[in-house]
Amino acid sequence: MSATSSTTPNYNFDIVKKFAVMAVVWGLIGMSAGVLIAAQLVWPELNFDTPWITYSRIRPVHTNAVIFAFGGCALFATSYYVVQRTCKAALFSNKLANFTFWGWQAVIVLAIITLPLGLTSTKEYAELEWPIDVLIAIVWVAYAIVFFGTIVKRTVSHIYVANWFYGAFIITIAVLHIGNSMAIPVSLTKSYSIYSGAVDAMMQWWYGHNAVGFFLTAGFLGMMYYFVPKQAERPVYSYRLSVVHFWALCALYIWAGPHHLHYTALPDWTQSLGMVMSVVLFVPSWGGMINGIMTLSGAWHKLRTDPILRFMIVSLSFYGMSTFEGPMMAIKSVNALSHYTDWTVGHVHSGALGWVAMISIGSLYHLIPKVFGRERMYSIKLINIHFWLATIGVVLYIVALWISGVMQGMMWRQINADGTLTYSFVEVVARTYPFHFIRWVGGLCVVSGMILMLYNTIKTIRSDKTADEGLSSAKLSQANA
Amino acid sequence: MDYGTYRGIYTIIMMLVFAGIIWWAYSKHSKKRFDDAANSILDDEDLDEKKSGDNAKQVQRDLEDKT
Repeated sequence: MSATSSTTPNYNFDIVKKFAVMAVVWGLIGMSAGVLIAAQLVWPELNFDTPWITYSRIRPVHTNAVIFAFGGCALFATSYYVVQRTCKAALFSNKLANFTFWGWQAVIVLAIITLPLGLTSTKEYAELEWPIDVLIAIVWVAYAIVFFGTIVKRTVSHIYVANWFYGAFIITIAVLHIGNSMAIPVSLTKSYSIYSGAVDAMMQWWYGHNAVGFFLTAGFLGMMYYFVPKQAERPVYSYRLSVVHFWALCALYIWAGPHHLHYTALPDWTQSLGMVMSVVLFVPSWGGMINGIMTLSGAWHKLRTDPILRFMIVSLSFYGMSTFEGPMMAIKSVNALSHYTDWTVGHVHSGALGWVAMISIGSLYHLIPKVFGRERMYSIKLINIHFWLATIGVVLYIVALWISGVMQGMMWRQINADGTLTYSFVEVVARTYPFHFIRWVGGLCVVSGMILMLYNTIKTIRSDKTADEGLSSAKLSQANA
Repeated sequence: MDYGTYRGIYTIIMMLVFAGIIWWAYSKHSKKRFDDAANSILDDEDLDEKKSGDNAKQVQRDLEDKT
Protein backbone atom coordinates (compact mmCIF):
# COMPACT_ATOMS: atom_id res chain seq x y z
CA MET A 1 0.00 0.00 0.00
CA SER A 2 2.75 2.46 -0.69
CA ALA A 3 3.55 3.48 -4.23
CA THR A 4 0.19 2.67 -5.80
CA SER A 5 -2.07 4.10 -3.17
CA SER A 6 -0.23 7.41 -2.96
CA THR A 7 -1.04 7.96 -6.64
CA THR A 8 -4.59 6.62 -6.41
CA PRO A 9 -6.96 8.98 -8.18
CA ASN A 10 -9.89 10.33 -6.22
CA TYR A 11 -12.52 8.10 -7.79
CA ASN A 12 -16.10 9.34 -7.82
CA PHE A 13 -18.01 6.32 -6.50
CA ASP A 14 -20.83 8.49 -5.22
CA ILE A 15 -22.36 8.72 -8.69
CA VAL A 16 -21.94 4.95 -9.12
CA LYS A 17 -23.80 4.37 -5.85
CA LYS A 18 -26.73 6.55 -6.92
CA PHE A 19 -27.13 4.90 -10.32
CA ALA A 20 -26.65 1.39 -8.89
CA VAL A 21 -29.38 1.81 -6.27
CA MET A 22 -31.75 3.38 -8.80
CA ALA A 23 -31.08 0.50 -11.21
CA VAL A 24 -32.40 -1.92 -8.59
CA VAL A 25 -35.40 0.31 -7.79
CA TRP A 26 -36.36 0.89 -11.44
CA GLY A 27 -35.77 -2.78 -12.20
CA LEU A 28 -38.38 -3.72 -9.64
CA ILE A 29 -40.85 -1.05 -10.82
CA GLY A 30 -40.37 -1.74 -14.54
CA MET A 31 -40.69 -5.50 -14.20
CA SER A 32 -43.75 -5.10 -11.96
CA ALA A 33 -45.38 -3.05 -14.71
CA GLY A 34 -44.61 -5.96 -17.05
CA VAL A 35 -46.27 -8.41 -14.67
CA LEU A 36 -49.34 -6.15 -14.51
CA ILE A 37 -49.82 -6.12 -18.28
CA ALA A 38 -49.06 -9.85 -18.48
CA ALA A 39 -51.90 -10.31 -15.97
CA GLN A 40 -54.17 -8.06 -18.08
CA LEU A 41 -53.70 -10.47 -21.00
CA VAL A 42 -55.11 -13.23 -18.79
CA TRP A 43 -57.63 -11.14 -16.84
CA PRO A 44 -58.53 -8.15 -19.08
CA GLU A 45 -60.70 -6.61 -16.37
CA LEU A 46 -57.49 -5.63 -14.54
CA ASN A 47 -57.46 -2.32 -16.42
CA PHE A 48 -60.50 -1.43 -14.23
CA ASP A 49 -62.03 0.32 -17.26
CA THR A 50 -59.69 3.26 -16.86
CA PRO A 51 -57.69 4.59 -19.82
CA TRP A 52 -54.58 5.28 -17.70
CA ILE A 53 -53.73 1.72 -16.80
CA THR A 54 -55.00 0.12 -19.94
CA TYR A 55 -52.62 -2.31 -21.67
CA SER A 56 -51.67 -0.02 -24.55
CA ARG A 57 -50.53 2.74 -22.18
CA ILE A 58 -48.77 0.62 -19.54
CA ARG A 59 -46.90 -1.46 -22.12
CA PRO A 60 -44.66 1.51 -23.15
CA VAL A 61 -44.25 2.36 -19.45
CA HIS A 62 -42.97 -1.19 -18.95
CA THR A 63 -40.59 -1.16 -21.93
CA ASN A 64 -39.24 2.33 -21.16
CA ALA A 65 -38.82 1.50 -17.47
CA VAL A 66 -36.95 -1.77 -17.98
CA ILE A 67 -34.82 -0.68 -20.95
CA PHE A 68 -34.02 2.94 -20.18
CA ALA A 69 -34.59 3.18 -16.43
CA PHE A 70 -33.30 -0.21 -15.22
CA GLY A 71 -30.90 -0.95 -18.08
CA GLY A 72 -29.91 2.70 -18.43
CA CYS A 73 -29.10 3.17 -14.72
CA ALA A 74 -27.16 -0.11 -14.70
CA LEU A 75 -25.18 1.08 -17.73
CA PHE A 76 -24.49 4.50 -16.21
CA ALA A 77 -23.40 2.93 -12.90
CA THR A 78 -21.12 0.30 -14.41
CA SER A 79 -19.66 2.53 -17.13
CA TYR A 80 -18.74 5.27 -14.62
CA TYR A 81 -17.21 2.58 -12.38
CA VAL A 82 -15.35 0.73 -15.13
CA VAL A 83 -14.05 3.80 -16.95
CA GLN A 84 -12.52 5.17 -13.75
CA ARG A 85 -11.03 1.86 -12.63
CA THR A 86 -9.58 0.85 -16.00
CA CYS A 87 -8.29 4.33 -16.89
CA LYS A 88 -7.00 4.82 -13.35
CA ALA A 89 -8.41 8.33 -13.47
CA ALA A 90 -11.23 10.14 -11.65
CA LEU A 91 -14.30 11.19 -13.64
CA PHE A 92 -13.80 14.11 -16.02
CA SER A 93 -16.43 16.21 -14.25
CA ASN A 94 -18.39 15.38 -11.10
CA LYS A 95 -20.87 18.17 -11.76
CA LEU A 96 -21.70 16.93 -15.24
CA ALA A 97 -21.93 13.35 -13.93
CA ASN A 98 -24.42 14.54 -11.31
CA PHE A 99 -26.34 16.31 -14.03
CA THR A 100 -26.60 13.03 -15.98
CA PHE A 101 -28.02 11.37 -12.86
CA TRP A 102 -30.71 13.94 -12.12
CA GLY A 103 -31.42 14.52 -15.82
CA TRP A 104 -31.89 10.79 -16.44
CA GLN A 105 -34.16 10.40 -13.40
CA ALA A 106 -36.22 13.37 -14.65
CA VAL A 107 -36.59 11.67 -18.05
CA ILE A 108 -37.84 8.49 -16.37
CA VAL A 109 -40.32 10.31 -14.13
CA LEU A 110 -41.63 12.31 -17.10
CA ALA A 111 -42.05 9.06 -19.04
CA ILE A 112 -44.01 7.49 -16.19
CA ILE A 113 -46.28 10.54 -16.08
CA THR A 114 -46.81 11.20 -19.80
CA LEU A 115 -47.24 7.66 -21.16
CA PRO A 116 -50.27 6.71 -18.99
CA LEU A 117 -51.81 10.06 -20.00
CA GLY A 118 -51.65 8.86 -23.60
CA LEU A 119 -48.99 11.34 -24.72
CA THR A 120 -46.94 9.38 -27.22
CA SER A 121 -45.12 9.77 -30.51
CA THR A 122 -46.22 6.15 -31.23
CA LYS A 123 -42.69 5.05 -32.24
CA GLU A 124 -41.92 1.80 -30.45
CA TYR A 125 -39.16 2.21 -27.81
CA ALA A 126 -39.08 5.93 -28.73
CA GLU A 127 -42.58 6.87 -27.54
CA LEU A 128 -41.61 9.94 -25.53
CA GLU A 129 -42.74 13.30 -26.86
CA TRP A 130 -40.33 15.92 -28.15
CA PRO A 131 -39.55 17.97 -24.99
CA ILE A 132 -38.44 14.75 -23.23
CA ASP A 133 -36.48 13.74 -26.34
CA VAL A 134 -34.63 17.06 -26.16
CA LEU A 135 -33.81 16.43 -22.49
CA ILE A 136 -32.55 12.91 -23.33
CA ALA A 137 -30.28 14.35 -26.03
CA ILE A 138 -28.82 16.93 -23.62
CA VAL A 139 -28.23 14.35 -20.88
CA TRP A 140 -26.67 11.99 -23.41
CA VAL A 141 -24.23 14.60 -24.67
CA ALA A 142 -23.23 15.31 -21.05
CA TYR A 143 -22.74 11.55 -20.54
CA ALA A 144 -20.49 11.39 -23.62
CA ILE A 145 -18.42 14.34 -22.36
CA VAL A 146 -17.95 12.74 -18.92
CA PHE A 147 -17.12 9.30 -20.35
CA PHE A 148 -14.77 10.32 -23.14
CA GLY A 149 -13.29 13.11 -21.01
CA THR A 150 -12.32 10.47 -18.47
CA ILE A 151 -10.76 8.34 -21.20
CA VAL A 152 -8.77 11.34 -22.43
CA LYS A 153 -7.33 11.98 -18.95
CA ARG A 154 -6.48 8.30 -18.32
CA THR A 155 -3.12 7.54 -16.72
CA VAL A 156 -2.58 4.20 -18.48
CA SER A 157 -1.83 4.03 -22.20
CA HIS A 158 -4.17 1.18 -23.20
CA ILE A 159 -7.94 1.69 -23.36
CA TYR A 160 -9.42 -1.53 -21.95
CA VAL A 161 -11.89 -3.32 -24.25
CA ALA A 162 -14.89 -2.74 -21.96
CA ASN A 163 -14.51 0.99 -22.61
CA TRP A 164 -14.61 0.43 -26.36
CA PHE A 165 -17.98 -1.24 -26.02
CA TYR A 166 -19.30 1.44 -23.66
CA GLY A 167 -17.96 4.12 -26.01
CA ALA A 168 -19.64 2.59 -29.07
CA PHE A 169 -22.88 2.34 -27.12
CA ILE A 170 -22.78 6.02 -26.10
CA ILE A 171 -21.94 7.36 -29.58
CA THR A 172 -24.41 5.15 -31.44
CA ILE A 173 -27.30 5.86 -29.10
CA ALA A 174 -26.73 9.60 -29.56
CA VAL A 175 -26.87 9.19 -33.36
CA LEU A 176 -29.90 6.87 -33.27
CA HIS A 177 -31.91 8.90 -30.80
CA ILE A 178 -31.37 12.21 -32.55
CA GLY A 179 -31.88 10.67 -36.01
CA ASN A 180 -35.10 8.83 -35.23
CA SER A 181 -36.66 11.50 -33.00
CA MET A 182 -36.51 14.32 -35.58
CA ALA A 183 -40.01 15.80 -35.48
CA ILE A 184 -41.98 18.97 -36.05
CA PRO A 185 -43.63 20.07 -32.77
CA VAL A 186 -47.14 21.47 -33.07
CA SER A 187 -47.64 21.96 -29.34
CA LEU A 188 -45.81 21.14 -26.11
CA THR A 189 -47.23 17.62 -26.08
CA LYS A 190 -47.67 16.80 -29.76
CA SER A 191 -45.26 16.46 -32.67
CA TYR A 192 -45.11 14.82 -36.08
CA SER A 193 -42.11 12.83 -37.34
CA ILE A 194 -40.29 14.45 -40.26
CA TYR A 195 -40.21 11.04 -41.95
CA SER A 196 -43.20 9.43 -43.63
CA GLY A 197 -44.33 6.09 -45.05
CA ALA A 198 -41.75 3.36 -45.68
CA VAL A 199 -38.89 5.77 -44.89
CA ASP A 200 -40.39 6.42 -41.46
CA ALA A 201 -40.70 2.67 -40.90
CA MET A 202 -37.09 2.09 -41.94
CA MET A 203 -35.81 4.94 -39.71
CA GLN A 204 -37.83 3.55 -36.82
CA TRP A 205 -36.37 0.04 -37.13
CA TRP A 206 -32.89 1.27 -37.92
CA TYR A 207 -33.28 2.95 -34.52
CA GLY A 208 -35.19 0.07 -32.96
CA HIS A 209 -32.83 -2.72 -33.80
CA ASN A 210 -29.73 -0.70 -33.04
CA ALA A 211 -31.22 0.21 -29.69
CA VAL A 212 -31.12 -3.56 -29.19
CA GLY A 213 -27.66 -3.79 -30.73
CA PHE A 214 -25.97 -0.92 -28.97
CA PHE A 215 -28.05 -0.10 -25.89
CA LEU A 216 -28.99 -3.67 -24.97
CA THR A 217 -25.91 -5.43 -26.36
CA ALA A 218 -22.75 -3.34 -26.76
CA GLY A 219 -23.20 -1.61 -23.39
CA PHE A 220 -23.82 -4.89 -21.60
CA LEU A 221 -20.88 -6.53 -23.41
CA GLY A 222 -18.82 -3.74 -21.83
CA MET A 223 -20.13 -5.01 -18.49
CA MET A 224 -19.27 -8.57 -19.45
CA TYR A 225 -15.68 -7.75 -20.41
CA TYR A 226 -15.03 -6.14 -17.03
CA PHE A 227 -17.20 -7.92 -14.46
CA VAL A 228 -16.91 -11.55 -15.67
CA PRO A 229 -13.07 -11.51 -15.47
CA LYS A 230 -13.22 -9.64 -12.15
CA GLN A 231 -15.71 -12.03 -10.58
CA ALA A 232 -13.88 -15.09 -11.97
CA GLU A 233 -10.55 -13.54 -10.91
CA ARG A 234 -8.93 -14.42 -14.19
CA PRO A 235 -8.28 -12.47 -17.40
CA VAL A 236 -10.70 -12.68 -20.31
CA TYR A 237 -10.29 -15.88 -22.39
CA SER A 238 -8.93 -14.10 -25.47
CA TYR A 239 -8.25 -10.40 -25.56
CA ARG A 240 -7.46 -10.68 -29.28
CA LEU A 241 -10.88 -12.18 -29.94
CA SER A 242 -12.43 -9.28 -28.02
CA VAL A 243 -10.84 -6.83 -30.48
CA VAL A 244 -12.22 -8.67 -33.51
CA HIS A 245 -15.54 -9.13 -31.66
CA PHE A 246 -15.84 -5.38 -31.15
CA TRP A 247 -15.25 -4.32 -34.75
CA ALA A 248 -17.32 -7.15 -36.24
CA LEU A 249 -20.27 -6.42 -33.96
CA CYS A 250 -20.22 -2.67 -34.67
CA ALA A 251 -19.83 -3.17 -38.43
CA LEU A 252 -22.71 -5.65 -38.73
CA TYR A 253 -25.39 -4.62 -36.21
CA ILE A 254 -26.13 -1.34 -37.91
CA TRP A 255 -27.54 -3.15 -41.00
CA ALA A 256 -29.92 -5.58 -39.27
CA GLY A 257 -32.96 -3.29 -38.77
CA PRO A 258 -34.95 -4.21 -41.92
CA HIS A 259 -35.68 -7.71 -40.55
CA HIS A 260 -38.42 -6.00 -38.50
CA LEU A 261 -40.14 -5.08 -41.77
CA HIS A 262 -40.25 -8.33 -43.75
CA TYR A 263 -43.18 -8.53 -46.18
CA THR A 264 -44.06 -4.85 -45.77
CA ALA A 265 -43.86 -1.85 -48.11
CA LEU A 266 -40.09 -1.77 -47.58
CA PRO A 267 -38.27 -2.56 -50.89
CA ASP A 268 -37.47 -6.28 -51.26
CA TRP A 269 -33.72 -5.72 -51.63
CA THR A 270 -33.65 -3.87 -48.30
CA GLN A 271 -35.47 -6.74 -46.61
CA SER A 272 -33.03 -9.27 -48.07
CA LEU A 273 -30.04 -7.14 -47.04
CA GLY A 274 -31.38 -6.92 -43.49
CA MET A 275 -31.93 -10.68 -43.44
CA VAL A 276 -28.41 -11.51 -44.65
CA MET A 277 -26.76 -9.08 -42.24
CA SER A 278 -28.83 -10.47 -39.36
CA VAL A 279 -27.75 -14.01 -40.16
CA VAL A 280 -24.07 -13.00 -40.39
CA LEU A 281 -24.44 -11.24 -37.04
CA PHE A 282 -24.60 -14.68 -35.46
CA VAL A 283 -20.81 -14.97 -35.85
CA PRO A 284 -19.60 -12.01 -33.75
CA SER A 285 -22.40 -12.60 -31.22
CA TRP A 286 -21.23 -16.13 -30.56
CA GLY A 287 -17.59 -15.07 -30.65
CA GLY A 288 -18.30 -12.71 -27.77
CA MET A 289 -20.44 -15.22 -25.91
CA ILE A 290 -17.74 -17.91 -26.15
CA ASN A 291 -15.11 -15.39 -25.08
CA GLY A 292 -17.11 -14.60 -21.94
CA ILE A 293 -17.96 -18.18 -21.01
CA MET A 294 -14.46 -19.54 -21.72
CA THR A 295 -13.04 -16.96 -19.31
CA LEU A 296 -14.06 -19.53 -16.73
CA SER A 297 -12.06 -22.35 -18.32
CA GLY A 298 -10.01 -23.96 -15.57
CA ALA A 299 -12.21 -22.39 -12.92
CA TRP A 300 -15.57 -24.00 -13.58
CA HIS A 301 -15.70 -25.14 -9.96
CA LYS A 302 -16.34 -21.52 -8.94
CA LEU A 303 -19.84 -21.86 -10.40
CA ARG A 304 -20.67 -24.30 -7.63
CA THR A 305 -20.08 -21.77 -4.87
CA ASP A 306 -20.54 -18.35 -6.43
CA PRO A 307 -24.11 -17.38 -7.38
CA ILE A 308 -22.89 -14.03 -8.79
CA LEU A 309 -20.69 -15.82 -11.30
CA ARG A 310 -23.62 -18.13 -12.01
CA PHE A 311 -25.78 -15.09 -12.87
CA MET A 312 -23.10 -13.95 -15.34
CA ILE A 313 -22.51 -17.30 -17.02
CA VAL A 314 -26.21 -18.11 -17.34
CA SER A 315 -26.74 -14.62 -18.78
CA LEU A 316 -24.15 -15.47 -21.44
CA SER A 317 -25.93 -18.75 -22.15
CA PHE A 318 -29.17 -16.85 -22.72
CA TYR A 319 -27.22 -14.39 -24.88
CA GLY A 320 -25.96 -17.29 -26.99
CA MET A 321 -29.45 -18.73 -27.20
CA SER A 322 -31.18 -15.51 -28.23
CA THR A 323 -28.45 -14.59 -30.73
CA PHE A 324 -28.98 -17.95 -32.39
CA GLU A 325 -32.75 -17.55 -32.32
CA GLY A 326 -32.60 -13.95 -33.62
CA PRO A 327 -30.73 -14.63 -36.88
CA MET A 328 -33.00 -17.63 -37.46
CA MET A 329 -36.14 -15.52 -37.00
CA ALA A 330 -34.69 -12.90 -39.36
CA ILE A 331 -34.81 -15.41 -42.23
CA LYS A 332 -37.83 -14.39 -44.27
CA SER A 333 -39.51 -17.80 -44.41
CA VAL A 334 -39.15 -18.30 -40.64
CA ASN A 335 -40.29 -14.72 -40.07
CA ALA A 336 -43.44 -15.46 -42.09
CA LEU A 337 -44.39 -17.81 -39.26
CA SER A 338 -42.98 -15.97 -36.26
CA HIS A 339 -43.75 -12.32 -36.97
CA TYR A 340 -46.54 -10.67 -34.96
CA THR A 341 -46.79 -13.76 -32.72
CA ASP A 342 -45.81 -14.36 -29.09
CA TRP A 343 -42.63 -16.02 -30.34
CA THR A 344 -41.15 -12.55 -30.96
CA VAL A 345 -42.11 -11.44 -27.46
CA GLY A 346 -40.52 -14.60 -26.01
CA HIS A 347 -37.35 -14.00 -28.04
CA VAL A 348 -37.08 -10.42 -26.80
CA HIS A 349 -37.46 -11.56 -23.19
CA SER A 350 -34.89 -14.32 -23.54
CA GLY A 351 -32.52 -11.51 -24.51
CA ALA A 352 -33.85 -8.90 -22.09
CA LEU A 353 -34.50 -10.99 -18.97
CA GLY A 354 -31.98 -13.74 -19.68
CA TRP A 355 -29.03 -11.75 -21.00
CA VAL A 356 -29.43 -8.05 -20.19
CA ALA A 357 -31.07 -8.30 -16.77
CA MET A 358 -28.96 -11.22 -15.52
CA ILE A 359 -25.60 -9.74 -16.55
CA SER A 360 -26.70 -6.44 -14.93
CA ILE A 361 -27.83 -8.16 -11.76
CA GLY A 362 -24.55 -10.11 -11.55
CA SER A 363 -22.50 -6.97 -12.16
CA LEU A 364 -24.52 -4.99 -9.59
CA TYR A 365 -24.02 -7.71 -6.97
CA HIS A 366 -20.28 -7.42 -7.63
CA LEU A 367 -20.25 -3.63 -7.70
CA ILE A 368 -22.60 -2.61 -4.86
CA PRO A 369 -20.44 -3.96 -1.99
CA LYS A 370 -17.33 -2.48 -3.62
CA VAL A 371 -18.64 1.07 -3.91
CA PHE A 372 -20.33 0.99 -0.51
CA GLY A 373 -17.14 -0.29 1.12
CA ARG A 374 -18.43 -3.71 2.19
CA GLU A 375 -16.66 -6.99 1.76
CA ARG A 376 -19.64 -8.60 0.06
CA MET A 377 -23.42 -8.43 -0.24
CA TYR A 378 -25.41 -8.84 3.00
CA SER A 379 -26.63 -12.31 2.05
CA ILE A 380 -25.06 -14.65 -0.52
CA LYS A 381 -27.90 -17.09 0.18
CA LEU A 382 -30.46 -14.54 -1.01
CA ILE A 383 -28.40 -14.00 -4.19
CA ASN A 384 -28.62 -17.72 -4.78
CA ILE A 385 -32.40 -17.73 -4.30
CA HIS A 386 -32.62 -14.72 -6.63
CA PHE A 387 -30.59 -16.63 -9.20
CA TRP A 388 -32.97 -19.58 -9.20
CA LEU A 389 -36.09 -17.38 -9.24
CA ALA A 390 -34.70 -15.44 -12.21
CA THR A 391 -33.65 -18.54 -14.13
CA ILE A 392 -36.88 -20.46 -13.55
CA GLY A 393 -38.90 -17.31 -14.32
CA VAL A 394 -37.17 -16.74 -17.65
CA VAL A 395 -37.43 -20.38 -18.69
CA LEU A 396 -41.17 -20.50 -17.86
CA TYR A 397 -41.65 -17.25 -19.75
CA ILE A 398 -39.87 -18.17 -22.96
CA VAL A 399 -41.08 -21.75 -23.19
CA ALA A 400 -44.71 -20.63 -22.75
CA LEU A 401 -44.36 -18.01 -25.48
CA TRP A 402 -42.53 -20.35 -27.86
CA ILE A 403 -45.46 -22.75 -27.74
CA SER A 404 -48.05 -20.01 -27.88
CA GLY A 405 -46.20 -18.15 -30.67
CA VAL A 406 -45.73 -21.15 -32.96
CA MET A 407 -49.35 -22.14 -32.31
CA GLN A 408 -50.56 -18.65 -33.26
CA GLY A 409 -48.44 -18.65 -36.44
CA MET A 410 -49.71 -22.05 -37.49
CA MET A 411 -53.36 -21.24 -36.79
CA TRP A 412 -53.23 -17.90 -38.58
CA ARG A 413 -51.90 -19.45 -41.78
CA GLN A 414 -54.32 -22.41 -41.77
CA ILE A 415 -56.52 -22.18 -44.86
CA ASN A 416 -59.63 -24.13 -45.90
CA ALA A 417 -60.00 -25.76 -49.31
CA ASP A 418 -61.98 -22.75 -50.55
CA GLY A 419 -59.22 -20.31 -49.52
CA THR A 420 -60.89 -18.90 -46.41
CA LEU A 421 -59.15 -18.75 -43.04
CA THR A 422 -59.75 -21.79 -40.85
CA TYR A 423 -59.63 -19.88 -37.57
CA SER A 424 -60.97 -16.47 -36.68
CA PHE A 425 -58.61 -14.23 -34.73
CA VAL A 426 -60.53 -14.58 -31.49
CA GLU A 427 -60.37 -18.39 -31.67
CA VAL A 428 -56.58 -18.09 -31.64
CA VAL A 429 -56.68 -15.61 -28.75
CA ALA A 430 -58.76 -18.08 -26.70
CA ARG A 431 -56.11 -20.79 -27.20
CA THR A 432 -53.32 -18.56 -25.83
CA TYR A 433 -54.80 -18.12 -22.32
CA PRO A 434 -53.00 -21.01 -20.59
CA PHE A 435 -49.66 -19.95 -22.03
CA HIS A 436 -50.20 -16.33 -21.03
CA PHE A 437 -50.94 -17.57 -17.53
CA ILE A 438 -47.63 -19.50 -17.40
CA ARG A 439 -45.86 -16.42 -18.72
CA TRP A 440 -47.40 -14.34 -15.93
CA VAL A 441 -46.16 -16.87 -13.35
CA GLY A 442 -42.67 -16.65 -14.89
CA GLY A 443 -42.81 -12.87 -14.61
CA LEU A 444 -43.88 -13.14 -10.96
CA CYS A 445 -40.79 -15.29 -10.24
CA VAL A 446 -38.54 -12.68 -11.83
CA VAL A 447 -40.15 -9.83 -9.86
CA SER A 448 -39.90 -11.80 -6.58
CA GLY A 449 -36.18 -12.10 -7.28
CA MET A 450 -35.93 -8.33 -7.72
CA ILE A 451 -37.68 -7.79 -4.37
CA LEU A 452 -35.01 -9.96 -2.74
CA MET A 453 -32.34 -7.95 -4.54
CA LEU A 454 -33.72 -4.64 -3.26
CA TYR A 455 -33.89 -6.05 0.28
CA ASN A 456 -30.35 -7.43 0.00
CA THR A 457 -29.08 -4.10 -1.33
CA ILE A 458 -30.70 -2.09 1.49
CA LYS A 459 -29.33 -4.50 4.11
CA THR A 460 -25.87 -4.32 2.53
CA ILE A 461 -25.85 -0.52 2.60
CA ARG A 462 -27.12 -0.36 6.18
CA SER A 463 -25.41 -3.37 7.75
CA ASP A 464 -22.07 -3.32 9.50
CA LYS A 465 -21.69 0.36 8.88
CA THR A 466 -20.39 1.10 12.38
CA ALA A 467 -18.05 -1.88 12.26
CA ASP A 468 -16.60 -0.75 8.95
CA GLU A 469 -16.29 2.84 10.09
CA GLY A 470 -14.55 1.68 13.24
CA LEU A 471 -12.16 -0.33 11.13
CA SER A 472 -11.31 2.50 8.79
CA SER A 473 -10.87 5.01 11.62
CA ALA A 474 -8.61 2.50 13.37
CA LYS A 475 -6.59 2.27 10.17
CA LEU A 476 -6.48 6.03 9.96
CA SER A 477 -5.13 6.40 13.49
CA GLN A 478 -2.57 3.70 12.73
CA ALA A 479 -1.47 5.59 9.66
CA ASN A 480 -1.24 8.83 11.63
CA ALA A 481 0.79 7.22 14.38
CA MET B 1 -17.80 6.46 -61.31
CA ASP B 2 -21.36 5.17 -61.05
CA TYR B 3 -22.98 4.26 -57.78
CA GLY B 4 -22.67 0.49 -58.25
CA THR B 5 -18.91 0.65 -58.92
CA TYR B 6 -18.40 2.95 -55.95
CA ARG B 7 -20.26 0.52 -53.66
CA GLY B 8 -18.25 -2.43 -55.00
CA ILE B 9 -14.96 -0.68 -54.28
CA TYR B 10 -16.20 0.44 -50.86
CA THR B 11 -17.18 -3.14 -49.98
CA ILE B 12 -13.71 -4.43 -50.95
CA ILE B 13 -12.04 -1.69 -48.89
CA MET B 14 -14.17 -2.58 -45.85
CA MET B 15 -13.30 -6.27 -46.25
CA LEU B 16 -9.60 -5.44 -46.43
CA VAL B 17 -9.86 -3.21 -43.34
CA PHE B 18 -11.54 -6.03 -41.47
CA ALA B 19 -8.92 -8.56 -42.58
CA GLY B 20 -6.31 -6.04 -41.40
CA ILE B 21 -7.96 -5.85 -37.97
CA ILE B 22 -7.87 -9.64 -37.63
CA TRP B 23 -4.22 -9.73 -38.79
CA TRP B 24 -3.32 -6.99 -36.31
CA ALA B 25 -5.19 -8.59 -33.41
CA TYR B 26 -3.64 -11.99 -33.97
CA SER B 27 -0.10 -10.92 -34.93
CA LYS B 28 2.74 -11.96 -32.62
CA HIS B 29 3.65 -8.31 -32.31
CA SER B 30 0.45 -7.49 -30.37
CA LYS B 31 0.37 -10.56 -28.15
CA LYS B 32 2.20 -9.19 -25.14
CA ARG B 33 0.40 -5.88 -25.25
CA PHE B 34 -2.99 -7.59 -25.32
CA ASP B 35 -2.07 -10.06 -22.59
CA ASP B 36 -1.00 -7.14 -20.42
CA ALA B 37 -4.26 -5.37 -21.18
CA ALA B 38 -6.29 -8.45 -20.26
CA ASN B 39 -4.46 -8.73 -16.94
CA SER B 40 -4.56 -5.00 -16.21
CA ILE B 41 -8.02 -5.07 -14.62
CA LEU B 42 -6.95 -7.73 -12.13
CA ASP B 43 -3.97 -5.71 -10.88
CA ASP B 44 -5.74 -2.83 -9.20
CA GLU B 45 -6.92 -4.52 -6.01
CA ASP B 46 -4.84 -2.07 -3.94
CA LEU B 47 -6.96 0.76 -5.20
CA ASP B 48 -9.98 -1.33 -4.37
CA GLU B 49 -8.87 -1.63 -0.81
CA LYS B 50 -8.10 2.03 -0.36
CA LYS B 51 -11.07 3.57 -2.10
CA SER B 52 -13.90 1.35 -1.10
CA GLY B 53 -12.51 0.50 2.31
CA ASP B 54 -12.59 -3.27 1.94
CA ASN B 55 -11.45 -4.72 5.20
CA ALA B 56 -8.12 -6.16 6.19
CA LYS B 57 -9.10 -9.68 5.13
CA GLN B 58 -9.35 -8.58 1.52
CA VAL B 59 -5.84 -7.08 1.65
CA GLN B 60 -4.55 -10.27 3.21
CA ARG B 61 -6.11 -12.31 0.43
CA ASP B 62 -4.55 -10.08 -2.22
CA LEU B 63 -1.14 -10.44 -0.65
CA GLU B 64 -1.53 -14.19 -0.66
CA ASP B 65 -2.54 -14.13 -4.30
CA LYS B 66 0.52 -12.16 -5.24
CA THR B 67 3.04 -14.34 -3.42
